[in-house]
Formats: sequence, structure tokens, C-alpha cells
Amino acid sequence: MGFDIRGFELEELTGVEYRSRVEITGRVSRSLVEEISRSKKEPEWMRRLRLRALEYFEEAPAPQWLPYIQRIDLDEITTLYTKPDVEVASDWSDLPEEVRRIYERLGLPEAYARYLAGLTTVLDSESVFVGVKDFLRRLGVVMVPMEEAVQKYPDLVKKYFSRVFPYTDHKFAALHYALWSGGVFVYVPRGVRVPYPVEAFFFLGREMEGQFEHSLIVADEGSELVFIEGCSAPRLRRESFHDGMVEIYAHPSSRVSFVTVQNWSRNVINFNNKRAVAEEGAFVEWVEGSIGSKITVTYPSTVLRGEGAKTVSTLLSISNGGYIKDTGSKVIHAAPRTSSRVLSKSIVANGGLSVYRGLTQVNKGAVGSFSHVECESLILDEKSGSYTYPIVHLLERDADVGHEASTLRLSEDQVFYLMSRGLKRNEVISLVVNGFVRDVLRKLPFEFASMLKRVVELEFEEYGGVG
Amino acid sequence: MLLVDNVSVEVGGKLVVRDVTVEVGDGEIVALMGPNGSGKTSLAYAVMGHPGYRVVKGRVVLNGEDITSLQPYERARRGLFLFFQNPVEVKGVSLRDLFKAINTSWRQVEGVDSLLEETAAKVGLKRELLDRGLNEGFSGGEKKRSEFLQALLLKPKCLLMDEPDSGLDLEGVRLLADYINSVAREGACVLLITHYPSLLQLVRPSRVLVMRNGAVVASGGVELVDKIAREGYSSVVSRNGL
Repeated sequence: MGFDIRGFELEELTGVEYRSRVEITGRVSRSLVEEISRSKKEPEWMRRLRLRALEYFEEAPAPQWLPYIQRIDLDEITTLYTKPDVEVASDWSDLPEEVRRIYERLGLPEAYARYLAGLTTVLDSESVFVGVKDFLRRLGVVMVPMEEAVQKYPDLVKKYFSRVFPYTDHKFAALHYALWSGGVFVYVPRGVRVPYPVEAFFFLGREMEGQFEHSLIVADEGSELVFIEGCSAPRLRRESFHDGMVEIYAHPSSRVSFVTVQNWSRNVINFNNKRAVAEEGAFVEWVEGSIGSKITVTYPSTVLRGEGAKTVSTLLSISNGGYIKDTGSKVIHAAPRTSSRVLSKSIVANGGLSVYRGLTQVNKGAVGSFSHVECESLILDEKSGSYTYPIVHLLERDADVGHEASTLRLSEDQVFYLMSRGLKRNEVISLVVNGFVRDVLRKLPFEFASMLKRVVELEFEEYGGVG
Repeated sequence: MLLVDNVSVEVGGKLVVRDVTVEVGDGEIVALMGPNGSGKTSLAYAVMGHPGYRVVKGRVVLNGEDITSLQPYERARRGLFLFFQNPVEVKGVSLRDLFKAINTSWRQVEGVDSLLEETAAKVGLKRELLDRGLNEGFSGGEKKRSEFLQALLLKPKCLLMDEPDSGLDLEGVRLLADYINSVAREGACVLLITHYPSLLQLVRPSRVLVMRNGAVVASGGVELVDKIAREGYSSVVSRNGL
């Protein structure tokens, strides 16, 4: 099976046109939040949760540790909720032609037909396609839009929703809970191993729009799931804002892999709040390919709550041009003999900025725990920068915690050396970049590796111009 | 045929090579000697097209074509090869990666992998070094063998060899000398830069130039090599009244 590069040529797609049925515009306010809740016909507990989050948002100070946050003017984001004029379909042919065309360009119908067990696509603020293959249904796996889960499985949702990532964590988490819309709920029953990945694809079609989707994955004891998250947007003139959230609850001995291929267009400000709880013997894997967006702030995190729980994060970020990636992985070792590994690689070029901001915390009593963090950055020119802020809180002496960081700055002498062997400048860059990302790609399933490899190649195809 | 025609080279605004003329005919070996810092390597970099070594005067002509303003890769593709004195390390890019890229880009050769392994054996380069980052943790001798291997695989028509023997053991020097002699016999032109006369006992150049402070200060036949070996650089320089 082969993957296509979904969404990576969409930047050229300028005139994406489709109609919306409901647009909620204006400043973030109580009446606006209530309007969203009302239009979704939500139960009282969810409406209250939104309002509590809104209060918290209004009181919480803007995070001071992100200097470029001051540049984000939420009043610029005028559309906080957009319901496209589309009924949720489970068959591509039921979608309006202009919407179906977007997904065809993204290669989603083909991907669904070929190798996905389930697929949800979110357009602006609502799910518009939900496909679940029969075998997945027969396995008892639930995969429905988050709103539908709130209506149909209130007890299950209540048990986990906002429990892994509470709104009190920070201002933008609170904003997310006040405005959340769209996203997917997945429940994998005890002992069920889902043999093919499921995917959620997020598309932001308009400028000055906010997208606040919420995905919740619950893997019951001994179950297994691979979840793919794709993000894309066409090139628009003004900024849009993405403040999505992913909560994962991995019950004892379950395995969840969450793979993100993020290629927002270069005017999307992207906050992606991701957190997992891993119970005894569970395994949570984060893979984050962070290619697009203007600013991305994302720190996939895992709380290792049960004995012997494990987590692995593999992050690859590219800042090619005046874009910012502020990423990193956070791990809390809260039980004995838990283990974590983080491998982060970042490439900066043409004035790009990359920041690694990681956290490893080993709580008192998490004896025999192991953590290893490795950060590498490749700086392709003088205009670009890369910084590493790894934070370690070691509250237990009996733990093995290690950190390595290295920076590779491509020098003119290296370029000259390789060019003297008959390679053009862009071929040299591609050779060096491929060499740099190789060990990350090696850790990924073949399909993702080849997809990401191609993405990286495309990204640097023009770098340095001819020669 | 390589012609360095009255070339001056600037590095960071400083003149490091002055009015140098060197002509190397097909099948000819010309030795360029001189003490450290005399401008030999700067000249080689400028001939290969390093952007930091600007030719501010004169021109470089390869087989009748003025290549002064060409990019390094264009010079390489025309058959020019620089055997680096001290090749840089490139992490993550191995000799195997390099030759695969060369193969996709401009020089399609069948069976790169087996060719690489055979050639590595020929030049005495340990096989595992084919898959390590270029020159990463290589010893001095291993770096030279890697350059040697690259020359063998690229089959250049004109070689700029910058101290190819330093750091090599006796057997390595002999292999290299045989190679230089044989490529010259086959018609390649070789500009051999060295400040040790030892290699020149095995490779007999038809002409010898001596550089000092960026300029050619002496030239002559192979007898210059022997004189330098016996009496040092000052002997040849003063004889020419400089």
C-alpha cells in the first residue's frame, strides 16, 4: 500500500468555495458560547462546562513564555463557528460536489478505500464525512463525531471528556473548551486490536476563522489503535486560528499510536493541545510531522500513571521561511518502572525559528523509571535559528534520565564539498536533509516514512534556487 | 587541458593569490609546491569554484572553455575534480548516499553499490566507512582514501590534487602514485599540490612551480624538486632573485 501526499499541493488551491449554513461571528462572549451550545442542542452539563471554561479564559493571563503570542489578536478571528451547508455523509457521493472535490484533491476517498478502517473529515467547525467500515463496527469500535457522542454516549463521554486535559491548564485550553466544535470520539473495546488505522482530517477553508475541534480516544484494556490526524488549509490572505485538542485515555495494557501530519497553510496559527494518560502496562506513541502553519505550538504529552507504562514521541518539525515551531514532548512519570523516549528533529531555513520545549518529570515514588530525550536541529543558513529548552524535574533519585542535544549548522564549506562532486545546491540540501531525518523516518511505519520523505523533499526542492 | 590564466583570488577582501598562470596539458603532471600558507589551496578552491574564493582577475579555462563563472557542480560535470587536502565532515551523508545522489543527478552508473565496495577494497578503505557520515571520525589516512575512492569512481579528466599523500602510509602513497601516473598516461591533466617532495619521487612531473605569498616565484623542471628536497624552499626562491 502506498500513501499519497495529501494536502501538500493545496497551497495553490486558492478559490475554495462552498456554502455555510451557520456562521457565528463576533467576540468571544457568553452569548456566543451559549449560541454554539444551543445550535448543537447540547445537554446542560456540556453547556455549563463551556461557560466555566469561558470564565477561566477571561480571567487567565496570556502565557508569558511565548513571546509571539502577543501578536495574536483574537478579535481578528471573527468567525468562531462555521457549519458548512452539508449534511453529514457516509458516502462520498452524498457530499456537495465542491466539497467532494476538495477531498478528492486531498486523496481522502482513495485513502479510505485502500487502507483506513475509519475516517472522519471535519470542514471548518463540523464533521461532514464519517466513514466506518463494517469490520470496525463488528469489532464494536465506536467512531462518531464528538457531538454525536455527547448525545449518544453521555456516560462514557462524561467519564473522560476534559479529564485528561482540563481547561484550567492554560488560557488557550480554556478558550478551546468554551468554543469546541467538531472532532471525533473513538472507543476501542477491551481486547480489540484494530488492524488498520483510523483517520481524522481537518480542513480550515476560510480566513479569519477559528477551528476548535476536540478528539477523544479511549482504548480499553488490552486494545490497540493507530490514529492518524491530517490537517490542511488552502492559501488565504488573512490569518486563521486553530486551537484543537486531543485527549487519549489508554487503559491497562492497551497500545495507542497517534500520528499527525500537519500541513496547515502558512497563515494558520496552530495550537494543538495533546495529552494522553497511560495506565499500567499501556503504551502511547506520538508521531508529529509538523510542516506547515505560521506558528505552531504543540507539546504532545503523556502522563504515565500506571506501573510499567511506556511512551515514545517522535517529532519532526520544519520551519522553512519566517515561520515558528514551538514544539516538544512532555512526560510525567507518575508510577514505578515507567519509561519514555523522545526523539525530536527540527530543520530551519530561510529565517525559520524552531524551539524545543520539553519536560520530563519523574514523581517521587516512580522508582526504576527511564527517560531519554534526544533533540537535534539542522540549521541551513545564517538567518535561521534553533533553541532547545529541555526541562527536567527529578523528584525520585532512583531513575535513569538522560538528555542529548545537538545542532548541525550547514556550512558553505560543506555545500562546496558536495557541489564539487557535481551536485547542484538544492541536491546538496536534499541530501543533507534526507541524511538528517533518516533515523526519524526509520522509526515510522513505511507508509508514513515515504510520505514524510516526499514532503521534506518538496519543501526543500527550491531551496537555494538553481545551482 | 587546464589553463589558469593570470589569476588573482580574494578571500574576505584579502588578496591571497596574485597573477598566477599555470598550464597543464592533457596527459601532463604539473607540480605546485610551496610552504604552508603560500596560496596553493586557495588557488585550487578558486579553480574548483568555491564562492568564498573569488577570482578577481584573470580566468580559468578547461578544455578550451572559460569556466571562471561556473558553479562548482558545473565544473565537476565537465570533468574537473578536487582531491581535498582536508575534506570536511558531513554528518548523516555517507559515501554511499553521495554516490547514489550523484547517480540520480548526473552520472548514471550501473551497480553503484558493488562498484563502491570494490573500489573501497582497491583503495584500502574499510567497508563500514562507506556508510558512516562523510569523513566523520575518519583518520587522516582514511580521509585520503575516501578522496581517492571518489576520484576513481568519478573518472575526472582534470585533477586538482591538494596534498593527496599526507597522512597516507607507504603503501597508500605507492597506490596513489600508480594512479596518478596511470590517469596521466590515459590523457588526464594533473595539478599536483604538495609541499613535501616525497610523492614527487614516485610521480615525476614534467614541470614544477613554486608559490610563495600568493605568487609563483619559481618554475622549472623536476630538478627543482630535488633541490628543494636537499636545500629547502629558500634555495629556489633566492636563485630566482626574489
